[in-house]
Amino acid sequence: MSPLHTQSPSHDTPGSNVAAGIAAEANAEQNRVSDPHSGDAGSAQTKPAKAPREGLNPLAKFAVGSVVPVALLALWWLVTESLEIFSPIQLPPPMDVYEAGVGLFESGLLAEHMSISLQRVLLGFAIGAGAGLALGSLLGLSKIADHLLHPTVGAFRAVPSLAWVPLLLLWVGIGEDSKVLLIAIGAFFPVFTSVHSALRHVDPQLVEAGRAFGFHGIRLLGTVQLPAVVPPVFSGLRLGLAQAWLFLVAAELLAAAEGLGFLLTESQNNGRTDRLLLAIVLLALLGKLTDALLGVIERKALVRWA
Amino acid sequence: MGSSAPTLDRDAAVFAEHSAPVAPSPLPAPTASPPSLTVDLVHVGRTFGERTVLRDVTLQIRPGEVIAVLGSSGCGKSTLLRQVGGLDTGHEGEILIGGEPVRRYDERTAVGFQEPRLLPWRSIRKNVALGLPRSLSKLEGRERVDELLQLVGLSDRAHLRPREISGGMAQRASLARALARRPGVLLLDEPFGALDALTRLKMQDLLLDVHAQTGTTVLLVTHDVDEALQLADRILLLGPAEPAQEPGGAPEGATISRLLTVPGRRPRARSSAEVTALREDLLSGLGVEAHSR
Ligand SMILES: Nc1ncnc2c1ncn2[C@@H]1O[C@H](COP(=O)(O)OP(=O)(O)OP(=O)(O)O)[C@@H](O)[C@H]1O
Ligand SMILES: [Mg+2]
Repeated sequence: MSPLHTQSPSHDTPGSNVAAGIAAEANAEQNRVSDPHSGDAGSAQTKPAKAPREGLNPLAKFAVGSVVPVALLALWWLVTESLEIFSPIQLPPPMDVYEAGVGLFESGLLAEHMSISLQRVLLGFAIGAGAGLALGSLLGLSKIADHLLHPTVGAFRAVPSLAWVPLLLLWVGIGEDSKVLLIAIGAFFPVFTSVHSALRHVDPQLVEAGRAFGFHGIRLLGTVQLPAVVPPVFSGLRLGLAQAWLFLVAAELLAAAEGLGFLLTESQNNGRTDRLLLAIVLLALLGKLTDALLGVIERKALVRWA
Repeated sequence: MGSSAPTLDRDAAVFAEHSAPVAPSPLPAPTASPPSLTVDLVHVGRTFGERTVLRDVTLQIRPGEVIAVLGSSGCGKSTLLRQVGGLDTGHEGEILIGGEPVRRYDERTAVGFQEPRLLPWRSIRKNVALGLPRSLSKLEGRERVDELLQLVGLSDRAHLRPREISGGMAQRASLARALARRPGVLLLDEPFGALDALTRLKMQDLLLDVHAQTGTTVLLVTHDVDEALQLADRILLLGPAEPAQEPGGAPEGATISRLLTVPGRRPRARSSAEVTALREDLLSGLGVEAHSR
């Protein structure tokens, strides 16, 4: 009907597109890529070959994921207790490490080390990530603030964060504050960078639509800009959390009387390799646990906003 | 350049398809809606850097009038619309809405963009609600959104996200969002461009319904001569300033190359002789040869 009509008409049949949309959401990209014509929701049945990879249930996934750790544990046991290739000072057998853990737990020291480390990380991460979110939002949204502050922030980012340690010790002292502050510095930059660049790249058409319908300032931020940056911001937060653990160990290695990093140095000085390994395992577990928690929040947020 | 759709008996063909989105409950009492507004363009122009896109557009639009803007791709139709909606500052000349100069993101206007521009993380319902004026209470807002969703035939899809619906549905949602404001001037940028032919006809009728009930002034950008002839009181053809000049000498930028009044009341029969003559006139204005049979 339209002589000058150049766009190709899109189909507007009620059923199929919705089903395709939902199916695509459930199976992420894979479905679309492998079968662009799949209109029905039952794509899993039509492609049985693909199903196992997509539809791995959590238990099976866990089982597959544990194969390598279990094998490593067996190898560890093999080279220490069974074949005795390494001396207990070099590499104590798994049982020794476990017993070291039980011993520390019974003395109450283990809980103390873990809780103080966890506390430092969470506090430092909260401060650093909070500041990163705030400053990243400010610079991402306001051109003036960006021109004014970005060169400075960039210069600070260029400093390897551990270089601040001597200064922190000098200014803030050896107490809790300097450790928390160092961790906060570590967590700050990944969060800042992700928020800042994500906000700069929010679809300008959506922002304009928001403005056209009377949104501006903080309401525009909450309605359009922040929801649009949820996915990149969460990857920034998870990076920031990993950095926080990194800087925790750095801070505790340098100067601490308790914490998992302190356990590392103390064990090294006393030749307690079993405890040293224990500290490493615990750091891995705590790091993974906090990251998983953030991952759960992220998934909730993505369902809501992405 | 044959057009096939007009040969359809549109009322029968279109509304037999799926449940027609004609509102069983008409739009709420017109007392609630602000009066439709005049738009006055006085020597309006727009230049981007070195490049003049629009020049010397002068037009008075009466309240409640439907003006279609036609023109070839890239000639500045969207640009003109954006000036009127206050989405873009930096125009030359004067733009008055209801007698007052246009304001930045003017709240007396509402825009249906060329792309749906729905927020992907919000349901259709919440996207439509985005267009509500802030003065509205929650309850009133909900009622208005319900009505609009019904009007555009999306009530049963209201809970879905934009990517879960088709392009045509997204365009309808976008139109509903613009209507939620009850604007004095409705600015539509090829709102039906992405729709299939049937939905397109249905939406044209829908727009006429809305217009009959709210009486709002409409500025409608379109590529489609038939759409313009069907919907508009007047058709504005944007084009080069002086049609028959050598390429080197013509001043840059588009202006009103023709302004036609479409005869007859809406809804119009599509094949009247008068309209056919106008169509050929418009097509030749757009540089398309009209083939006589
Ligand atoms: N912000 C801008 N900066 C520079 N040039 C622009 C800008 N906006 C539009 N233009 C130019 O103005 C011209 C007209 O653009 P416009 O979008 O108004 O065209 P249009 O008539 O709506 O085209 P279409 O029918 O394809 O949508 C184009 O050549 C475009 O390159
Ligand atoms: Mg355009």
